[in-house]
Amino acid sequence: MNDRPLFDPSRRDLLAAGLGVGLCVVWRPARALSDELTGALRGFTGGAPTREGKVNFDIAPLVENGNTVPITVTVDNPMTTANHVQAIAVFNEKNPQREVIACKLTPRVGRPVVSTRIRLATTQQLVAVAKLSDGSYWTHTVDVVVTLAACIE
Amino acid sequence: MARTLIHAPTTARKGEVLEIRTLIAHPMETGYRAGADGRTLPRDIIRRFSCRYNGEVVFSADLYPAISANPYLAFNVVADASGSLTFTWEGDNGFAQTESATITVS
Repeated sequence: MNDRPLFDPSRRDLLAAGLGVGLCVVWRPARALSDELTGALRGFTGGAPTREGKVNFDIAPLVENGNTVPITVTVDNPMTTANHVQAIAVFNEKNPQREVIACKLTPRVGRPVVSTRIRLATTQQLVAVAKLSDGSYWTHTVDVVVTLAACIE
Repeated sequence: MARTLIHAPTTARKGEVLEIRTLIAHPMETGYRAGADGRTLPRDIIRRFSCRYNGEVVFSADLYPAISANPYLAFNVVADASGSLTFTWEGDNGFAQTESATITVS
């Protein structure tokens, strides 16, 4: 009665499967923070909740040389004595140490922007956090692909 | 003494936001790399940077091994009075260096 082999996908099946796989690769669902980053964030915030937004973490999505990667963290917030950014920190997922930089800002900085150059050991996720004077924490998470890693020579 | 490069305006109008760029020559040895003999090289990094404006700290940063060699830092400062900007780097093996720049605010 049914003489089809066990696995005999039709052309239509194959096309549908291919489309499905492609979608999974291209459309990655909302990035959940990795455990490493969640832990590092908790150490910085002391357990206070963090929200996505306000922070802009500017870094090249494809890094050719992990030894010096320029980064800029900008926070969309005024710098008045009543309402200002108190701290900006950056954490990574897969370097030997989670911390990258932690800056303390005062209203006399005028504009909450910090630039530096960092090392990246491998392709990974990074997060920038800003602490505002009202005690809230804001984050921006980015994924970075590194082709030549730091710390190999 | 390590070589430093400081980019700060010498004159400014009161209330203007100035961009300050600093760079210091330092290997920032991470403490995770192996040397030629296969043994791990001891850590030698700059751990702390601070910028004072007429004696008051306006910006400071804790640096970790993930900061590249020859640490570069750029930030802003509001010009509110004539005087001096003092930059201090402190790190492992007793590393400490201070540089300053003068600024005239009109």
